[in-house]
Amino acid sequence: MSSKVLTEPIGDVAVGLPPLQRVTLTINGAEKQLEVAPWTSLLDLLREYLDLTGTKKGCDHGQCGACTVLVDGKRINSCLTLAVMKDGCEITTVEGLSKGDQLHPVQEAFIEHDAFQCGYCTPGQICSAVGLINEGHAKTTDDIRELMSGNICRCGAYPGIVAAVEQALKVCQPNQ
Amino acid sequence: MNSFSYTRAQEVDTAVREVTQDKAAKFIAGGTNILDLMKENVERPDRLVDITRLPLQQVESNPEGGLRLGALVSNADTAYHPEVIERYPLLSKTILAGASAQLRNMATDGGNLFQRTRCYYFYDTATPCNKREPGSGCSAINGYNRIHAILGTSEQCIATHPSDMCVALAALDAVVNVKGPEGERQIKFEDFHRLPGNEPQYDNTVKTGEIVTSIDLPAEGFAKNYTYLKLRDRASYAFALVSVAVGLDLDGDTVREARVALGGVAHKPWRKPEAEALLKGQKATKENFRKVADALLQGAKGFGSNTFKIELAHRAIVRALVMATEMKKK
Amino acid sequence: MTATTYVGKPTSRVDGRAKVTGEAKYAAEFNTPGLTYGYVLSSAIAKGKIKKIDASDALSLDGVLQIFTHENAPRPAYFDRKFKDDDSVAGSPFKPLYDAEIKFSQQPIGLVVADSFEVARYAASLVKVEYEAEQPDTNLRRKPKGHKAPKGKTGFVPPKDRGNADKAFKNAEVQFEAEYFHMPEHHNPMEMFASTVIMEEDGKLKIYDKTQGAFNSQTYVTKVFGLSKEEARVINPYIGGGFGSGLRPQYQLYLAVMAALELKRSVRVVLTRQQMFSFGHRPGTLQTVALGAAQDGTLQSIKHEALAETSRFEEYTETVVNWSGMLYHCDNVKLGYYLRNLDLYTPLDMRAPGAATGIIATETALDELSYKLNIDPLELRLINYAEENEFEGKPFSSKALRECYHQGAEKFGWARRKPQPRSTREGTKLIGWGVATGMWDAQQQKAAAKANLSIDGKLVVGSGTADIGTGTYTAMTMIAAETLGLPLEDVTFKLGDTTLPQAPLQGGSWTVSSVGTAVQEACEAVGKKLLKMAKKMKNSPLSGASFEDVEFVEGKVQLKGDYASGVSIIEAMRQGEVNFIEEETTALPNFLKQMKYARNSHSAVFVEVEVDEDLGQICVRRVVSAIAGGRVISPKTARSQILGGVVWGISMALHEESVLDHNLGRFMNHNLAEYHVAVNADIHDIEVIFVEEHDDIVNPLGAKGLGEIGIVGVAAAVGNAIYHATGKRVRDFPITLDKLL
Ligand SMILES: Cc1cc2nc3c(=O)[nH]c(=O)nc-3n(C[C@H](O)[C@H](O)[C@H](O)COP(=O)(O)OP(=O)(O)OC[C@H]3O[C@@H](n4cnc5c(N)ncnc54)[C@H](O)[C@@H]3O)c2cc1C
Ligand code: SF4
Ligand code: FES
Ligand code: FES
Repeated sequence: MSSKVLTEPIGDVAVGLPPLQRVTLTINGAEKQLEVAPWTSLLDLLREYLDLTGTKKGCDHGQCGACTVLVDGKRINSCLTLAVMKDGCEITTVEGLSKGDQLHPVQEAFIEHDAFQCGYCTPGQICSAVGLINEGHAKTTDDIRELMSGNICRCGAYPGIVAAVEQALKVCQPNQ
Repeated sequence: MNSFSYTRAQEVDTAVREVTQDKAAKFIAGGTNILDLMKENVERPDRLVDITRLPLQQVESNPEGGLRLGALVSNADTAYHPEVIERYPLLSKTILAGASAQLRNMATDGGNLFQRTRCYYFYDTATPCNKREPGSGCSAINGYNRIHAILGTSEQCIATHPSDMCVALAALDAVVNVKGPEGERQIKFEDFHRLPGNEPQYDNTVKTGEIVTSIDLPAEGFAKNYTYLKLRDRASYAFALVSVAVGLDLDGDTVREARVALGGVAHKPWRKPEAEALLKGQKATKENFRKVADALLQGAKGFGSNTFKIELAHRAIVRALVMATEMKKK
Repeated sequence: MTATTYVGKPTSRVDGRAKVTGEAKYAAEFNTPGLTYGYVLSSAIAKGKIKKIDASDALSLDGVLQIFTHENAPRPAYFDRKFKDDDSVAGSPFKPLYDAEIKFSQQPIGLVVADSFEVARYAASLVKVEYEAEQPDTNLRRKPKGHKAPKGKTGFVPPKDRGNADKAFKNAEVQFEAEYFHMPEHHNPMEMFASTVIMEEDGKLKIYDKTQGAFNSQTYVTKVFGLSKEEARVINPYIGGGFGSGLRPQYQLYLAVMAALELKRSVRVVLTRQQMFSFGHRPGTLQTVALGAAQDGTLQSIKHEALAETSRFEEYTETVVNWSGMLYHCDNVKLGYYLRNLDLYTPLDMRAPGAATGIIATETALDELSYKLNIDPLELRLINYAEENEFEGKPFSSKALRECYHQGAEKFGWARRKPQPRSTREGTKLIGWGVATGMWDAQQQKAAAKANLSIDGKLVVGSGTADIGTGTYTAMTMIAAETLGLPLEDVTFKLGDTTLPQAPLQGGSWTVSSVGTAVQEACEAVGKKLLKMAKKMKNSPLSGASFEDVEFVEGKVQLKGDYASGVSIIEAMRQGEVNFIEEETTALPNFLKQMKYARNSHSAVFVEVEVDEDLGQICVRRVVSAIAGGRVISPKTARSQILGGVVWGISMALHEESVLDHNLGRFMNHNLAEYHVAVNADIHDIEVIFVEEHDDIVNPLGAKGLGEIGIVGVAAAVGNAIYHATGKRVRDFPITLDKLL
């Protein structure tokens, strides 16, 4: 087995703050020009700088799904995404799903099936479910369980979540 | 997380140049591993070079009659690509057994190769770890090592490579195409990851500044008889304790060729051509599969909390071979 | 039934819309101009001393306001009692940044405050700390000897014996004895602990805290920092899960308030997920159970002993073994509960504290005994059915456990069970069934509520309780609306604010019974006033009617069943010349009535598992949970509570363990990737059956509370099913696949 010295281990780096960078993001349909530091995650940008606190932080390490948002229609973990990297992208958060007073079918279904308790994982679950519907790969109940497993619900509302997603799948056409 | 600057590369060459010139610079693709580690202060690059907009986003045919996966194709797009499903269902299945739907949307095929170990101590800067800080000691050897390696370990490190996808790539004999300051080269998959030895800080054989541009899959995809068996501590969203990727080429009940790769047991996906050769021309029976398992696990060593993996891997290998064999009957 | 009866009818959560749209705000989500961010520095060692802290690099960063450590942080209070809270235990509470001593791994040793989260986080990484480390002892099993648990904590009842269990055990025809162990667990609510302390212009603090009791946090803050109640308002409208972790004020509250007062700035401190493993947890326990029985299955002796961990500075107690003296009829019972001090943080109540773990041992042992006796495990439970609570020596206020067994068994199909282990197979999978009993307390606490009915028929009810996901908003709205006969939409329930009437901590499953009673009484008080006004009307159809004669339906007060006699709210208030009626009441449990009875909820849990014979993979395919929990106020949210409890039980049985590296004295799987809680794919069919009990002793509402009972018994039932499937008995929880190889 080959075993050569390949990269230098990273040493200590100089102390200082990163410069701000300009990005343009379309968030829930509104285009925003922003100056952000590269170390700001998309999640922190939403919560701490734009007051869009609907998107939750449950771990900050990609391990829970609470921070799920849609980027160009695809569900991702915003905690492991640098805001600067999404320059030019369209971001949809839980705040952007309803049309005025009209809730998104997934939101309706979550209420109807009591698919939550404390509600903290819920925005992530809902965005994840919308992403799942867009993807169009869930055919069976077990598919839903598996494809929703990136969203932990500590309250254990899984039975309701599955029922809600099943209902929403029937109502929504992919890529709606 | 430390302070760093950020640039977005438009061309492969500039990306390579930027990382070559600055020893503390790193590429960022999906970000799912490097940002995680940066938040833990395990990785501390002073510059991130964003490669996500490089033109390495294609899944296309390669000259060998196989498929070429661009380094920046997402894990999800790879797994659901019609040609991958058709010709390399093992790869598709393996990718879908890993992480979560969200993470697979973000993670790239190139980045997946580079994901670092999930060793608890590696992740926790309060503890000694030779991989993170060479010479500081390995906390896992005499500590909590449920997820650690049983094969190819060294006294310096017993970490595993956590990827699922790489287990399939190993089984399929993939080839990794890289481009560096000294031009392009190809790395056979078995040579891509390395064993810890005395330098556990190095996970693989890629040199500073080199970028993975694509992964080549050979023409043979074992699409008829294959399986990926992943054993873990919950049904989804967990890393493998032990996993087995199997590809079989069968002639009736007789094995023409067998591929068996293990995940979760070593610092790299574990293959042993001698073990696979035991099946060549033999009947696909449990009896013979056990021999393969014995050979694959020869020299396996446990460290306490992970000792069960030896027996588990043995059973998993046999089961995976049975599953792959039985596919044709359906 | 009229349109304004709600109790017992499935109602969607009244806060549902806020939660699905992201409008519901949690402690870390109240933003304010000029907010600063605190990032906690955690100790790398478990025991020893801090020798030196060098924060110079960190302090030199632009945007860093201050770095507090034990060297420069204030010590606002000295005496332990100032740090005590409503869920304190005996001992000396932990005081953050008081000295150089390290008592547990990840102890907070500093707070970096900066003008952004990222700068604070970066600065924290630049602080260099030198320690003088000592070898910690964190291994409960290393020396399985403890000392008797002190009283200390409110509600803790020390174990007591009856009869002569040793002798009865010796003489019993059939004996069974075994040792059980389960790992410590962490609550890990999805929301990480956070406090946003807003410094208002007049210097008062508005504190958004993640807590299961706003008043508890307020009392703590005022005592420690010498503030008046007006100076420290605590607000917690939404809590992203608690499960007990929010029963005590956590250190982020202390640090955020300390920093706000020192810097005269608004401060937010949010713990990281890793730091969520730095405070209370469910303690691991080592238990032995010995059962003696006659051939016919009657229990003659029950012995149950537990050794639990606690910290070196506090004596955490919970009721682990007493359940063994209550669950079944038995004349000879011997119980023991011991603690051992380890270099860990003090354990903390976690969903059904004590019962969830103690009953694992009892209910597994009973299952083991059933095989020894060759008696169906459900039958064995029925043979030994306890008609009264023999531990307390009192009759039960109500107990429909027998019906739970019957209805649960019926739904599950228990009658078709094959007695032999390993008797059902599907390919490589072995299928098994298990049953267990659950038990919890039905308590009521003192609580206050205020109701305000305005002339337009809108009712606002408030109580400073919490909704950790339990459905408090919904249940209280339903109770209030029904009491005054109003449409749900016209009722608003407010909670989570110390300016509201005082309510107890939200824990122990007593919120509906306590706050619900207060809400009902406050609304009745309003109703009485309204009736008084209505009676004064000219030719009032209600003249001469007493409160017992009337009912409130559809916005009217009327003689029972007599629609024509109805007087509307507007009419009555016009008569009374008021625009609103406001009443505040404090509901006290009726101790005299309650004292004579044991008040408990019960459950029967049936589980089907599938286990891969070679690979040990376990799947819980089916659960039926039959619950006797008094009256069900809000069936929809109540069902969710039980479903959640069952999911917790499955997770406890199969996945959850906080693993210590005893060399380092540190929990090593301190994240959600390696601390495994059940994910969606782990959960399959769960059916909940409520067996209603009519119980006017527990409280006027008749509700026993459902927050905890759902989890109790589940882990044992899963383990029992695994045995039935495989013939392998695992006494070490969680049951991970390696234990089945
Ligand atoms: C909670 C969680 C659970 C997970 N579970 C699983 C699992 O079960 N199975 C599994 O297999 N994986 C799992 N993963 C890991 C995930 O698959 C990897 O993090 C991902 O594949 C990495 O890809 P990326 O594009 O995000 O890499 P990045 O994080 O962007 O990069 C990782 C490293 O690779 C380098 N790099 C990236 N692209 C290139 C390139 N083209 N050339 C050279 N260097 C490059 C970067 O410099 C960096 O050092 C999990 C991750 C998380 C966070
Ligand atoms: S196993 Fe390797 S990665 Fe883990 S502590 Fe030891 S040296 Fe570090
Ligand atoms: S906060 Fe992003 S996955 Fe948990
Ligand atoms: S609703 Fe509380 S975590 Fe899912």
